[in-house]
Amino acid sequence: MRLGSGTFATCCVAIEVLGIAVFLRGFFPAPVRSSARAEHGAEPPAPEPSAGASSNWTTLPSPLFSKVVIVLIDALRDDFVFGSKGVKFMPYTTYLVEKGASHSFVAEAKPPTVTMPRIKALMTGSLPGFVDVVRNLNSPALLEDNETWVKLFPKHFAEYDGTTSFFVSDYTEVDNNVTRHLDKVLKRGDWDMLILHYLGLDHIGHISGPNSPLIGHKLSEMDSVLMKIHTSLQSKERETPLPNLLVLCGDHGMSETGSHGASSMEEVNTPLILISSAFERKPGDIRHPKHVQQTDVAATLAIALGLPIPKDSVGSLLFPVVEGRPMREQLRFLHLNTVQLSKLLQENVPSYEKDPGFEQFKMSERLHGNWIRLYLEEKHSEVLFNLGSKVLRQYLAALKTLSLSLSTQVAQYDMYSMMVGTVVVLEVLTLLLLSVPQALHRKAELEVPLSSPGFSLLFYLVILVLSAVHVIVCTSAESSCYFCGLSWLAAGGVMVLASALLCVIVSVLTNVLVGGNTSRKNPVHPSSRWSELDLLILLGTAGHVLSLGASSFVEEEHQTWYFLVNTLCLALSQETYRNYFLGDDSEPPCGLHVEQGLDGATPAWQDGSACDALERDKGHRSPSPSQVLRGHEKWMVLASPWLILACCRLLRSLNQTGVQWAHRPDLGHWLTSSDHKAELSVLAAISLLVVFVLVQRGCSSVSKAALALGLLGVYCYRAAIGSVQFPWRPASQDISKGIIEARFVYIFVLGILFTGTKDLLKSQVIAADFKLKTVGLWEIHSGLVLLAALLFRPHNLPVLAFSLLIQTLMTKFIWKPLRHDAAEITVMHYWFGQAFFYFQGNSNNIATVDISAGFVGLDTYVEIPAVLLTAFGTYAGPVLWASHLVYFLSSETRSSSALSHACFCYALICSIPVSTYIVLVTSLRYHLFIWSVFSPKLLYEGMHLLITAAVCVFFTAMDQTRLTQS
Amino acid sequence: MKDTDIKRLLYTHLLCIFSIILSVFIPSLFLENFSILETHLTWLCICSGFVTAVNLVLYLAVKPNTSSKRSSLSHKVTRFLKCCIYFLMSCFSFHVIFVLYGAPLIELALETFLFAVILSTFTTVPCLCLLGPNLKAWLRVFSRNGVTSIWENSLQMTTISSFVGAWLGALPIPLDWERPWQVWPISCTLGATFGYVAGLVVSPLWIYWNRKQLTYKNN
Repeated sequence: MRLGSGTFATCCVAIEVLGIAVFLRGFFPAPVRSSARAEHGAEPPAPEPSAGASSNWTTLPSPLFSKVVIVLIDALRDDFVFGSKGVKFMPYTTYLVEKGASHSFVAEAKPPTVTMPRIKALMTGSLPGFVDVVRNLNSPALLEDNETWVKLFPKHFAEYDGTTSFFVSDYTEVDNNVTRHLDKVLKRGDWDMLILHYLGLDHIGHISGPNSPLIGHKLSEMDSVLMKIHTSLQSKERETPLPNLLVLCGDHGMSETGSHGASSMEEVNTPLILISSAFERKPGDIRHPKHVQQTDVAATLAIALGLPIPKDSVGSLLFPVVEGRPMREQLRFLHLNTVQLSKLLQENVPSYEKDPGFEQFKMSERLHGNWIRLYLEEKHSEVLFNLGSKVLRQYLAALKTLSLSLSTQVAQYDMYSMMVGTVVVLEVLTLLLLSVPQALHRKAELEVPLSSPGFSLLFYLVILVLSAVHVIVCTSAESSCYFCGLSWLAAGGVMVLASALLCVIVSVLTNVLVGGNTSRKNPVHPSSRWSELDLLILLGTAGHVLSLGASSFVEEEHQTWYFLVNTLCLALSQETYRNYFLGDDSEPPCGLHVEQGLDGATPAWQDGSACDALERDKGHRSPSPSQVLRGHEKWMVLASPWLILACCRLLRSLNQTGVQWAHRPDLGHWLTSSDHKAELSVLAAISLLVVFVLVQRGCSSVSKAALALGLLGVYCYRAAIGSVQFPWRPASQDISKGIIEARFVYIFVLGILFTGTKDLLKSQVIAADFKLKTVGLWEIHSGLVLLAALLFRPHNLPVLAFSLLIQTLMTKFIWKPLRHDAAEITVMHYWFGQAFFYFQGNSNNIATVDISAGFVGLDTYVEIPAVLLTAFGTYAGPVLWASHLVYFLSSETRSSSALSHACFCYALICSIPVSTYIVLVTSLRYHLFIWSVFSPKLLYEGMHLLITAAVCVFFTAMDQTRLTQS
Repeated sequence: MKDTDIKRLLYTHLLCIFSIILSVFIPSLFLENFSILETHLTWLCICSGFVTAVNLVLYLAVKPNTSSKRSSLSHKVTRFLKCCIYFLMSCFSFHVIFVLYGAPLIELALETFLFAVILSTFTTVPCLCLLGPNLKAWLRVFSRNGVTSIWENSLQMTTISSFVGAWLGALPIPLDWERPWQVWPISCTLGATFGYVAGLVVSPLWIYWNRKQLTYKNN
């Protein structure tokens, strides 16, 4: 079957997406879970151990507190309460911590520090797996929604008031919504447990970081809420026999930039304060509270309320809470907790008997039994107390070890699914690499031997072997396996795909070997050689791929791209100088017969096989273009690489991203702070103006007007939500959600995209009007630019303007005069796209995804548009560069096959890192940083591949229109 | 001509390497607490001075380009001044390039500038010594197939290897090993130094190895 190389590459990427999906499903393990799900609640509580003597205490202990109020403040960092900020803004809480009857701890949250998994951890004590973040991306929880609770525990709230808060920029209304019923509820007192979840602090953090003045206000407000609840609870206490409990906690912290999601100290440490009159008042000041785990809260609350501890909880009881109780009860509580933990251990660890925690548990249970016997025989004695405290210590040690071994126990990777995914992806990559010479050939077509009968036997054999393996693996596997859980049809389909790919590879390989023998006989390429640029591109790609194996390079990947793009610019500038000052290609060789060490000898792209396009292009390049250009244009050509370098340097200082240098001050923070609103407004206006000037030149007059109105709408939208201001209305009192303005812009985006598509279709159907097609493509590009302008935060608008500026400079002064071939241009576009991904402020950390992009112009949370908008907003850099690539190659019709070459190269250059990365991640799966560094990057890579697939489809569609045209 | 020339080239290069080694050991006799990493800036100055001095001495002693005619004193002085200006210009342009590569703009400016100085010492000073302040000749040497003697050939190789060394030296900076040599610009200066030394060692050997194939226009 003959395929164009663009179509072929698109198919390959599509299959790769499938492979990555299977891999991801296998990679993110299911979290530690108790299997006893069916008999929920049927299990009786473990009786008190007793050696010989009969103890009649088999029921659950009675509750310790009558009412529990949990005040959960989103993104409450430990130093907001225990640090200087706490002293300043939360005087009542500080008083309670220092002098009141309370216990305070620092609760460590496990990454990912995102709201939904953290609430799960707090309330059930279980450790949500990393995959919960992925699910969270699609669920409203990451989008900071008060209804999280109602969704998480749908049937457990008798009364709730789920308030909606869709706007991260909204930080007062959210909390007023929570507080509005507080007085009424507190007075009524017909409840057992009250959970108040305050989101305002988190929103402030997202907007302006932890050092914003707004934080202080919010903390004072929280302090007054806490005081109100506490006094009300204290006044209630006289009526009830039991004391009340007030819990103040945070779900996760806040990094120095105000976001969360990763595992830095600031994000992980949250305060946890338990306040009750049952606790002893302790004098003195505690500045350094004990560190505990966040999962401990669930177990403690269960004990406190006299409920069974959740089965999946890995937490241990916070002992100070029960310290005031009699010894027998204390031991009973600890016993219940250890029994629950050891059960969980038994279900998750095959060799649980060798676990030190389990041994300690058995020992302390025996001691406990002895103590009970003594206790029942005689009461109140020194011996009894000493023995009791010994048992207590033993229990606490056992709890600690058990909890630790449970939470560090990494759930098993689903190796089989991972292997299947890896095999598919690697097969596709091999196929792509093998077909490089054919695909980059002038004709840009290649033979895909899908139906070659010679390999049918091999094909069936491979299928047979694979299904045998499948059956064996699935019948013998102890742990759950996603791929085995698939239906037979789906699994069979994947197997057929894998074996078909294998056969294709084998046949292509034989073709290459046979063909290689014939071509070696006649030397076809006597004179062409690699330029330094090709060498750089090759080395850069290889270096980037290899750097993905080191966690620091993954964290600081933006540095890699900035470095590569800079070097690329320098190489380009060297090339322009050479062309204009020397024109050395036309010069005869000066007697040095051996080529210099840097320049390789093989005339090839990638793996030493020939590439006609390159060679032909070299031929084009030889008529020295210096005669063609004159005067200032020549100087522009010489200066443009330096201009681009300067732009990149400016953009780099706009958003400080990554980990090591993330705390460094950058322009973006300076601009977003509330003191510099005027500067930000001016900058945003100028950027929008630049965008308009650069974009309008290629558009038709209708879309020119639409673009102008749209960009105006973007500014109005930003002014409406209060991030920029109008000069004539300096104080913006009324901050709205800007729905109307944003929808106004959406209409123009759709209009421009529609005009572009119409032009494209017209150029295809009616007349072979080449110019119309170029205009159509440019209109699609400008529609995307307008959408990006709407979604980008105002301080990021210069990124957009500079991206357009660089594109214009490159097109005019570098690519056109220097006549690079399609492959080189594609790789350059890809590199710039990657660099712009990071210029936008993204990183390989989930916390930097700008979720507010998903709410622009939406009244309520609608899943699909929100996800699409967030994805586009995040990947705007690469997408815009890819769309520019399509436009550029179609407008410069030097060769008919440029577009399919470009598509093939784009697919190849995107799939090399992703396929290498999954192999690397598989081999590094026991690395210390696997969850904090490598897994988020894996998600980003998967998403990037999906975007690449979309881009390739667009490419192929454009290519198809060209084919039908000619 | 060949073997004696190559030998002379080798000896001059060995002298250069020797001067770099000396710049590591001699200052510790006079200065207290001298070490490459801790008093890096001092070392940079000393190394730069040593290498420049050796290059000048070699230029005066060996005179590889015999073609230069007798000229008046004033001509020599202007030539020297021109060389100084070229050197300074190259320092500043390297500084600009480092800033474009992401070096901090204001803080650590002295460090960045000294890095520019040492890189200029490894690249511009030999060029100035060998080719003089003559941009045409520079362009010729650094274009493809433009070299006309083994001296220029080795110059090309040492210069390129110094650049590549400095470029590679930037790679370990993002790693989280927290070593003292990862601090900007130590790894880059060390990379440039190693690149320069490698170029000095390799170029005579490479020329010796390929002496049969090498034919220059004017020989």
